[in-house]
Amino acid sequence: MEAVIRVRGLSKRFGDFTAVDQVDMSIPPHGVYGFLGPNGSGKTTAIRMMCGLLAPTAGEIEVLGMRIPEQTELIRRQVGYMTQKFSMYADLTILQNMEFMARIMGVRRAEQRGRIRELLQRFRLEPFSRRLAGALSGGQKRRLALAAAVIHQPRLLLLDEPTSEVDPNTRREFWDELFLMCESGTTVLVTTHLMDEAERCHHLAIINEGRKVADGSPEALKGQLGAGVFAIDGPQITAIRNHLEGVSQVLATTRIGLSLRVMLMPGVVDGLDWLREHLAGFTAGIEPAGATIEDVFVMATRENGAKGAGGAGR
Amino acid sequence: MSSLLQALIRIGAVCRKEVLHLIHDRLTFGMVVMIPLFQLVLFGYTINTDVRQVPAGLVDQPANSFSRQLALDLEATQVLHFIARCATPQELEGRIRDGELSAGLVIPPDAEERYQLGDRPTAQLVVDGSDTMVAGALRQLANFRFAPGRTLSNRDTPQAISVRLLYNPERRAALFTVPGLLGVILTMTMIMFTSIAIVRERERGNMELLIATPIRNLELMIGKIIPYIGIGLLQVSVILFLGVLLFAIPVAGKLLEIYTVCLIFILANLTLGLMISTLARNQLAAMQMFIFVFLPSMLLSGFMFPFVAMPRVARQLAEVLPLTHFLRIIRGIILRGEPLTGMGADIGYLLGFATLFLAISAFRFSKRLE
Repeated sequence: MEAVIRVRGLSKRFGDFTAVDQVDMSIPPHGVYGFLGPNGSGKTTAIRMMCGLLAPTAGEIEVLGMRIPEQTELIRRQVGYMTQKFSMYADLTILQNMEFMARIMGVRRAEQRGRIRELLQRFRLEPFSRRLAGALSGGQKRRLALAAAVIHQPRLLLLDEPTSEVDPNTRREFWDELFLMCESGTTVLVTTHLMDEAERCHHLAIINEGRKVADGSPEALKGQLGAGVFAIDGPQITAIRNHLEGVSQVLATTRIGLSLRVMLMPGVVDGLDWLREHLAGFTAGIEPAGATIEDVFVMATRENGAKGAGGAGR
Repeated sequence: MSSLLQALIRIGAVCRKEVLHLIHDRLTFGMVVMIPLFQLVLFGYTINTDVRQVPAGLVDQPANSFSRQLALDLEATQVLHFIARCATPQELEGRIRDGELSAGLVIPPDAEERYQLGDRPTAQLVVDGSDTMVAGALRQLANFRFAPGRTLSNRDTPQAISVRLLYNPERRAALFTVPGLLGVILTMTMIMFTSIAIVRERERGNMELLIATPIRNLELMIGKIIPYIGIGLLQVSVILFLGVLLFAIPVAGKLLEIYTVCLIFILANLTLGLMISTLARNQLAAMQMFIFVFLPSMLLSGFMFPFVAMPRVARQLAEVLPLTHFLRIIRGIILRGEPLTGMGADIGYLLGFATLFLAISAFRFSKRLE
């Protein structure tokens, strides 16, 4: 199937800072494609270039078969964009905001009312339609922004950290909506630094310091993880962590509640045996653990050493 | 004691932080120095309530040595400066009405005889009364004593000059001030409203959304301006209504002309405001730029101080400001009944100003997406 977004050698520099560095990417239609990366990794810059808000320093972008920047205006009619920061007019009501967006996006006059009603119902905003957008809760604001972004029935939806600031329940509802849209043929591109959001994507690209460091479906990425992951518990985990610190076979250690999660370097064979041997002097229960997207992320960004593990967000 | 010390430390921390804000905000920091420096130098030299070198015309009907001496002596007071010669008193009055001249000296054919007999004034000074400050200074010339070839002795010299006010003979200041206020109020509100229009959207984050829609720069600019045109015209109506009601400003029969000129002036101010809006990074910066334009508009345009009495450099600077041109037009219409056709240059300037600044705004806006 034809790719919805095709990007070759995409770079963006601000002065001597390179925000996006030589990214190649091909985003297939009908699915949720995620950009996973820490804050400041270049996700927002990349997504802004893909909807023509920023001009690339180098590289080519093709969206829905059209080229940026030459055909930006045409592309904007078929792309919905939701900003990271709430960008609806706080001093207008929900209804007024929706009417404004409908007109700006060129929804036909006869269809405007019906379309707005349908969206307000679908996003459960109808009871508040006369409330000022600035007075809404975080979840309502997100739903309004999403409703406005899809008012013109875009074929492609670009969402910049859509649910970073909302509670898990709102996040789950929001994602249900995204999947519904995918089923009706829309392609969705989201940026995120949250692991649970990343797990939901059909396809992931992991971005670090402006570069794409890995991509594939979450399952495939986890399966390809060459490193062994183990959970250690017992009374001595702080001491164990200090003991493992700086050992060349250990890629990363993370405290999760009462247990310690240890990821070994890809080269270590029979990791369980190696750990048992290495921690023989400690009282510890050691068990293999299933890989998570967080592990994939730590692995993919390991060039940064220990800092990468901490910077993964969450 | 230690709680006092802690209070001082906290106050010190806030002070340090405020200074850091100022240093990071280079525009504000620059304004702190620039506003006093620039404005003081500019206005200190230019604002001059002594009226001098008023542009005047001369109708010298006898054209002999007596009349030449009279004109030279009068010019030597430095209040007047003859910049034009007119053949007849009618031509002189026409050029005063068109705003080209502020006054004129009419020396009749029998001037020398009048002087010798001393029964009637030797010559007449015709003065445009629409600027009360200029008219006031020129009226002092009625005390001018003319004594050709003799040392002055006040006793026996007759009154040489009689002064006649052409417009606003009752010398009502309101006739001069109200049309001026119309311009000042429009300058203030129109530039202020639009100068924060785009900055506000950028500050609140609405701009990123707007840019991602198919709307074009020029469409956005025009859409933002149109509602304020309505507001501006509403203000014009309020001022005119009160002007007629309270100060009996004569506007009858000129309403269409007045509204046309106000509309053009509103457009010029709105586009200037838009330009500021594309330059300023935040609302405070926009307000500072607004004041930077507004203060010279108040002081140099001829609203507060007579335009004709300002030095050349200040007048040239004032010609850049839309308010200067608007005041010239609106006073011409309301006070002197000057036809619009004679004011093509000023109207053309305002139209050109609006077009230029709309274009700059639309262009600058597209460059500011980053």
